[in-house]
Amino acid sequence: MPPKILELVNLVTRFHTDDGTVHAVNGVSYDLHEGETIGIVGESGCGKSVHALSIMRLIPTPPGEIAGGEILYQGTDLLKISEDEMRKIRGGEIAIIFQDPMTSLNPVMTIGKQITEALNLHMDMHGEQARERAAEMLDLVGIPQASDRLNSYPHEFSGGMRQRAMIAMALSCAPSILIADEPTTALDVTIQAQILDLVGRLRERLGMAIIWITHDLGIMAGLAERLMVMYAGFIVERASKHRVFADPRHPYTLGLLNSLPRVDKRESGSRLIPIVGRPPDLTMLPKGCPFYVRCPFSIEKCVAENPPLLEIAPGHEIACWVDVHEAATHEVLG
Amino acid sequence: MMSDNGNQAMVEITNLKKYFPVTQGLLRRVVGNVRAVDDVTLQIIKGETLGLVGESGCGKSTLGRTILNLHKPTSGTVLFEGTDLSGLSGHDLRSMRARMQIIFQDPYSSLNPRMTVNAIVGEPFIIHKIARGTELDQRVAQLLERVGLNPLLGTRYPHEFSGGQRQRIGIARALALNPSFIVADEPISALDVSIQAQVVNLLEDLQDEFDLTYLFITHDLSMVRYICDRVAVMYLGKIVELGSIEDIYDNPQHPYTQALLSAVPVPDPIVEDQRQRIILEGDLPSPADPPTGCNFNTRCPIAFDRCFEEEPQLKDLLPRHDIACFAAEERLQV
Repeated sequence: MPPKILELVNLVTRFHTDDGTVHAVNGVSYDLHEGETIGIVGESGCGKSVHALSIMRLIPTPPGEIAGGEILYQGTDLLKISEDEMRKIRGGEIAIIFQDPMTSLNPVMTIGKQITEALNLHMDMHGEQARERAAEMLDLVGIPQASDRLNSYPHEFSGGMRQRAMIAMALSCAPSILIADEPTTALDVTIQAQILDLVGRLRERLGMAIIWITHDLGIMAGLAERLMVMYAGFIVERASKHRVFADPRHPYTLGLLNSLPRVDKRESGSRLIPIVGRPPDLTMLPKGCPFYVRCPFSIEKCVAENPPLLEIAPGHEIACWVDVHEAATHEVLG
Repeated sequence: MMSDNGNQAMVEITNLKKYFPVTQGLLRRVVGNVRAVDDVTLQIIKGETLGLVGESGCGKSTLGRTILNLHKPTSGTVLFEGTDLSGLSGHDLRSMRARMQIIFQDPYSSLNPRMTVNAIVGEPFIIHKIARGTELDQRVAQLLERVGLNPLLGTRYPHEFSGGQRQRIGIARALALNPSFIVADEPISALDVSIQAQVVNLLEDLQDEFDLTYLFITHDLSMVRYICDRVAVMYLGKIVELGSIEDIYDNPQHPYTQALLSAVPVPDPIVEDQRQRIILEGDLPSPADPPTGCNFNTRCPIAFDRCFEEEPQLKDLLPRHDIACFAAEERLQV
């Protein structure tokens, strides 16, 4: 296996609000290896985006606070270095792309200026050399007449083109990690297919590791190598994508897959099986397992104690007290 | 009103057009038109769920609203159980309107934040002078119960509910006047996966219980496969393919339908590894300036001379399966 490039140890991120403390990320640990693509899947409020912003140290403080843990990038704890040092990592070594490209793009600056600015800062490239590199990047992400489009402003691009421009900007300094926070969620499926195809090709060519965050298990089936499922700020299941899809072992993962329609087949008359109820209030997490109120497999122990993430088969971990293969199910009241 | 296959048509749409003027300058001179709905002919059969799919800007929501006469058509007719809505006014229009309802995508903006849930769901009864006093309270409580909400929560305001619960409130209001036809405009797009299945199952149960006919507008092709009987695929204001779920999903004929279906990710890594994806080039052209000939010719992988000169019409090239494509005509007709 290639060497570790990023190691998260027990990351805890909270937000102190008027309504109480929001426990967004509650002790997340994982390793990312060079060139690897991991997928982080979960629904709104599961902590997947907050965890990404924590890695980039982009959590607004206050109200937010990284309350504990370590984020080791090539052995250095990013939580301990100065803001100046962090600025060199951010964008240079670790880049992030968002759902809304306008989060990253400055509306009053040309696309070219924005990319060359990053190149000045991180790669010490200037003038004509930087412009050439910027045009090369736009061309690489499939923007036609790249050298002319350097002079365009973001509003002159369509949604798909802006997403491409943001990817070009993120990758221009050859980062070793790309964090993709739902970059295709707002796009139409045909444009999403273009972007996924593009990222797949760029990954082969540039060899960066990718942390892809999404609510869409379908995207992960194609792109990721390993999958982590998050719920209420915890990783509840982790395995290779093939194992997660073929043999999901956490009741939440199982529930997600059962509630998902498939475009490629349908057994006649079959109905979707929803997960009853809704996610817990992150200001008042239960003492036990955060999923037990919605869980058809729950037992008494689940109410009292939150299960840790433990290996149940080689390379397959779940945070659950029961074995869904053996356990009986019961009715759950939403 | 009988359609060609002997089923009763609930809604008959003939050559419907909805153009929005594009104005310029101080005098707001009309310089062009956005052809949001461009010559659509379609029947919605009593008791069915017709899916209307397409990407952002294809005109699907405008078509839904024009059918309900919420937008006044530019030309063409909509007959609702044989009656032309555009010829009605006052009392007749109001009583007709009661029988057709709409559910919106965004349960956050379609509910009045200053009204309690009881007032929101009870409003249709008051406007149509159907119930008041204790009878009103009872009817509202019944409706809330039916959509899976505790009637005791009726005194609360919309912001106190989750997205899925708000969508249930919207559904309860739509059901108040015993409608026979409901336009559901992206009713689940804003919801998390596990909640989507809850709402879809509710809509299906209500359909059986109250004999409803649905026009289900969405960009989610996987969900359409689960809940619709027939599907119409829209591109740039026109219907390009129309048929049963089996015909469209197992045997799509229009190159746009083929690309659209192939672009939807499948939550199964084994299937994803083997899939051949058709990646469409470029973006949707502007509906204010559609291409001449077939409006898909700018992105079509199989367009030939005729597609740039003439506009294909929607024809039943296969039994009860209509396609607007010259390439399909050549392929399918002897």
